Amino acid sequence: MKRSGLNPSWLAQRFTQWGRLGDSLTTWRRGRLSRQDALKALEGYRGLARDVASARKALPGNPITTALETLYASLHAIVNRKPRHTLASLRHLYAVELPTTFQELKPQLLGVWLLFALSTGAGWWLVHTWPTLVGLVASPAMVQHVERGELWTDGILNITPSSVLSVRIFTNNIVVTIFACVAGILYGLGTFYVIATNGLMLGGVFAFTRLHGLDGDLLKFIFAHGTVELPMICLGGAAGVALGESLIRPQLASRRDSLEQCTGRIARLFAALIPLLIICGLIEGFVSPDPAIGWIPRLIIGLANLGLMYAVLTGRFFRSAAAA
Amino acid sequence: MNADALVVSSPTGVDVELAIAGPGSRAYAFLIDWHIRLLVALGWLAAFAIAVRVFHWRGGSSTTVAFLLSFFPALLIYFLYHPVLELAMRGRTPGKRMAGVRIVDRQGGTPSSLALLIRNAFRLIDCLPAFYGVGLAITIFSAQRVRLGDLAAGTLLVHDGDRESRALSQLGALSLNPSLDAATLALGNDLLLRWQELESLTRRRLAHQLLSRIAPAATPPGPRADTLDDAQLRQQLRDALSGGPR
Repeated sequence: MKRSGLNPSWLAQRFTQWGRLGDSLTTWRRGRLSRQDALKALEGYRGLARDVASARKALPGNPITTALETLYASLHAIVNRKPRHTLASLRHLYAVELPTTFQELKPQLLGVWLLFALSTGAGWWLVHTWPTLVGLVASPAMVQHVERGELWTDGILNITPSSVLSVRIFTNNIVVTIFACVAGILYGLGTFYVIATNGLMLGGVFAFTRLHGLDGDLLKFIFAHGTVELPMICLGGAAGVALGESLIRPQLASRRDSLEQCTGRIARLFAALIPLLIICGLIEGFVSPDPAIGWIPRLIIGLANLGLMYAVLTGRFFRSAAAA
Repeated sequence: MNADALVVSSPTGVDVELAIAGPGSRAYAFLIDWHIRLLVALGWLAAFAIAVRVFHWRGGSSTTVAFLLSFFPALLIYFLYHPVLELAMRGRTPGKRMAGVRIVDRQGGTPSSLALLIRNAFRLIDCLPAFYGVGLAITIFSAQRVRLGDLAAGTLLVHDGDRESRALSQLGALSLNPSLDAATLALGNDLLLRWQELESLTRRRLAHQLLSRIAPAATPPGPRADTLDDAQLRQQLRDALSGGPR
């Protein structure tokens, strides 16, 4: 039998050590390590590195070597685990990272707004010229409502309570916004599709309601929540365009690195997008469909929401906290 | 060096090598997780329905309450299962644990919370057009067997090797025969570890061969190996490796 370079007494001695390390690993994986545990892990990691090197040389492909490599990899992950400072990271996110990302995305945002405006105009023109085309952008139930001279949102609170409506709406909006962003991975084309279809739909529906004299009512319904909801969807779209751009014109050595860097950057936007979309959902569920609420409160709510969005995206709320 | 492995440089100078999980392990883990989240979500709905009946709770029949206390939590369980558990379990889920895989970043470490959230957001694309078609296709053809979410988040799915670690700690409990060389010990331990996985005839043949090789040096006095039953043979091998009956 071929003699290996490993001494059995060494192996026996180390087995005990590895066993102890393996047992500690379960505890170390769970949560924060104490100073003593961290030092123990580091010492074990160094010792294990030597053992792995010896085992790879003397027992290549052996289960003992595989097990040692696994143990070594697990310890590597623990030793190199980044510290978590949740509160400080959150402050930094809202005060510095989010506003920086927003500033960087301004060109893409402008482009997406332009696409949205153009597709809204196109939708309006198409349905205004050929009203039967409304079937492409609105459901038959919506069309029937408008033809009867009422908005499909009239009396919606008699069917669905505001709380349920809000939850449904903000869930849907969050999904649409995330989709508008991640669809950018298709070299930006997915994002263009989502933004353009949303624009066509909005323009088409407005044109159709205008034909029936209901455009004012629709604007009244949309204003309170739409002032922020539409910019949020466009911001999600701008993030998607940046994602596509990172693949078309990679800034780093490889497309994969470029994509990874870009997603890490734009993902921070969702720290603002998601809370704001939840607020929009609540407004759309509680304020927008309520006929008792007039134009002035709607204007105030819409503009206040817009101001909130601007303050969050520019980091005004959190700058003083971060400085402190 | 294995082509399907993630090799990471370490400050100790000894590279960390992690076996990358293929589409099979990935799909297996996903199926387990899918069953768990579906059953838990349905279980929540059933528990709510039973609670309404048992306690004759009138509020349970209202649309708002039914939605907010039954369907909404069930939907949350179903859709937030992956992001929440991956964050809480540092790149693992019950399904991944059972399939023996975990998520790591490209440096072999535990992925950040942001990376895990990005990875999950891209499920919206990976699951298109149905049954994770896009994700599965990309996993099959990509170099490191990753789906779009992993590409965007800079993560990979690797074999966890928890089983090997546990086996190692079991081995630590053995006292080893000092008269045997390390390769023989390793071979013997390998056979003991894989005892249940091997066919009876194969493991008996291998055990006989190994015992006959190490017999002059190590076999403790006792009955001949070929007259022993399966359990006794295994015990004799264990005794031979540890230098005598324990």
